[in-house]
Amino acid sequence: MDIKELQKANARLVWRIVAIALLMFGLGFAIAPYYDAVCNYFGISGRVKEASTEQVYQVDQSRNITLEFVTVVNGQMPLRFRAETGKLQIHPGQYYTVNFYAENTSDKKLTGRAIPSISPAWSSSYLKKAECFCFSEQEFEPHKERKLPVRFVVDPTIQADTKEMTLSYTFFDITEKTPTIKN
Amino acid sequence: MSATTHDETHAHGDAHEHHDHGPAKGFMRWVTTTNHKDIGTLYLITGLIMFFVGGAMALVIRAELFEPGLQYVDPHFFNQMTTLHALIMVFGAVMPAFAGLANWMIPMMIGAPDMALPRMNNWSFWLLPFSFVMLASTLFMDGGAAAAGWTLYPPLVLQTGNALPFTVFTVHMLGMSSIMAAINIIVTVFNMRAPGMTMMKLPLFVWTWVITAFLLIAVMPVFAGAVTMLLTDKFFGTSFFNAAGGGDPVLYQHLFWFFGHPEVYILILPSFGIISSIIPTFSRKPLFGYSSMVYATAAIGFLSFIVWAHHQYTVGMPIAGELYFTYATMLIAVPTGVKVFNWLATMWRGAMTFETPMLFAIAFVVLFTMGGFTGVMMSISPADLQYHDTYFIVAHFHYVLVPGAVFALFAATYYWLPKWTGHMYDERLGQLHFWLTTISVNICFFPQHFVGLAGMPRRIPDYAVQFAEFNALSSVGAFVFGFSQLIFAYVIYKAIKGGVKASSEVWEGAEAHGLEWHLPSPPPYHTWTEAPAQEIISDLH
Repeated sequence: MDIKELQKANARLVWRIVAIALLMFGLGFAIAPYYDAVCNYFGISGRVKEASTEQVYQVDQSRNITLEFVTVVNGQMPLRFRAETGKLQIHPGQYYTVNFYAENTSDKKLTGRAIPSISPAWSSSYLKKAECFCFSEQEFEPHKERKLPVRFVVDPTIQADTKEMTLSYTFFDITEKTPTIKN
Repeated sequence: MSATTHDETHAHGDAHEHHDHGPAKGFMRWVTTTNHKDIGTLYLITGLIMFFVGGAMALVIRAELFEPGLQYVDPHFFNQMTTLHALIMVFGAVMPAFAGLANWMIPMMIGAPDMALPRMNNWSFWLLPFSFVMLASTLFMDGGAAAAGWTLYPPLVLQTGNALPFTVFTVHMLGMSSIMAAINIIVTVFNMRAPGMTMMKLPLFVWTWVITAFLLIAVMPVFAGAVTMLLTDKFFGTSFFNAAGGGDPVLYQHLFWFFGHPEVYILILPSFGIISSIIPTFSRKPLFGYSSMVYATAAIGFLSFIVWAHHQYTVGMPIAGELYFTYATMLIAVPTGVKVFNWLATMWRGAMTFETPMLFAIAFVVLFTMGGFTGVMMSISPADLQYHDTYFIVAHFHYVLVPGAVFALFAATYYWLPKWTGHMYDERLGQLHFWLTTISVNICFFPQHFVGLAGMPRRIPDYAVQFAEFNALSSVGAFVFGFSQLIFAYVIYKAIKGGVKASSEVWEGAEAHGLEWHLPSPPPYHTWTEAPAQEIISDLH
């Protein structure tokens, strides 16, 4: 092969490989929304859907599930965050309302956002919420407490041996920067 | 267009200008060089220097862990040391050293006059010193260097101070450098082979590097993307990994390990190639099962892409995921086993001699296999819950990386040093280096299996008192290991300065094992400007 031909062949191959590299760089970013979609679809990673309209289910009085509530404040956010009860005995199919309370303990106005998580992770798709304070921005005046109700139902098709579920909320401080929420 | 024409004429000019005389003199020779041997030397020296820098950091870690309690460094600095030790050893020592070997050996092994893209070669090397100066400078910044392990997991890594963007840019530059090196290797091997040097005649070192190069091209960009997302999360308000904005830090783990698992094979596949070159030479037999070696390497390369989440068993994956990643990971033991048994079969009834390269190669086979076995233990997801983030994993990956990758690099250096310098190295010192290194590496890392199984967590500067004896032992081993490497540096220095003249074959019967042994020692500045004769190539085995 003479040198001109070789250089042409080399250049062709280089561009092909560069194309693969660029494709993989893009793929890393493309995977982000795809990952969310997969997690939401399969209800893995403890994802919880936003509140939807109330659906009527057949109440299953014969079964009891213990639902535990966990409240977490992320980082140094000056917020006192609690649920009115630590746990609740529920029947699948019946609607319940549980009040959460969050008090701003600082002298400044706070903006927070609560992100829910359910464990075991697979059960997250069975907990349906009709009303929730999560995902949306919540404003807290200085030294004021706010009541944050959650209305939910556990889908009666949840597998029969389910005895316990945990619903956890983590409040994030978004006073300084307000990241735009995806999807 | 005009640029291309200029390049072509220049390439012609180069070939004529330099044909009869050696390299330019002085410092600028090294800055402007496009010669594969020069660039190989630069890479190798960089690798050696960074090996000592990263090693010094490891000794800070081991000094702190010599006794329970906090003695020398504060926990934040300790965490910076674990992070930088890992980044420097992976990207600064092992990868450049392999790239240096590739630059030196691949053109000589395939009968090509140089790498296909000599100027890009220069650039891909010279990115490295600047990247490492930048990475080292983060130690002196407000808030210190990144202290989140080499994995740089968010949200922890987002607490890094001013060093975060510099760490991220270092990763970008290292990524560019290794992608360019990978492109160069693929193009060289695909387009520049001497007539008669078919793909299935390539030495295994070349084959393993081609597959490594493909892994690099596929995964370095993913890592670059992931750290870019860290950067935008921290500074531009995006929420890729920020739960407050609907992101998920677990996504980072998936992206990181989609890069990270192939990356650990990038660190080991060229070693397989080196060992596959050395064992046949000192067993005076052809390599057993050449084509199965090639296919096994390709299989390992493929499997490396589909097993990443075995690093994340404790993250809350669904059971189906845990099962899949367990079985897929176990599969890797099959092609790896093929390789180990092929090496054993190569040695079987060979007329073996035990010069330093062979000693390191045999120690590699034994100790790497041990590291591989602990890997199989950890592939079992229910068992991994106990091992996860303990010293057991530290012992595992140091067994595959130190007596694995690093021993292969030692072996390669001793094996090809007479070829590079034209002088035999000091065999007595080489053997001393081998025994000190092999004994101390086991004293250092073997006890870590036990403290890990007993639950000692990694990346913590203090530990419960019941681990004290094993940790003290481990630290003693680490210090002996570290200082033994000065012998290695001295042996190299001595061989460069002088010594017994090496023949072109260097090792008895080596001519049959590769084209590089048909060149004089040291080889002239430009080699194979005329392709090697057909008979030479067809006589290789």
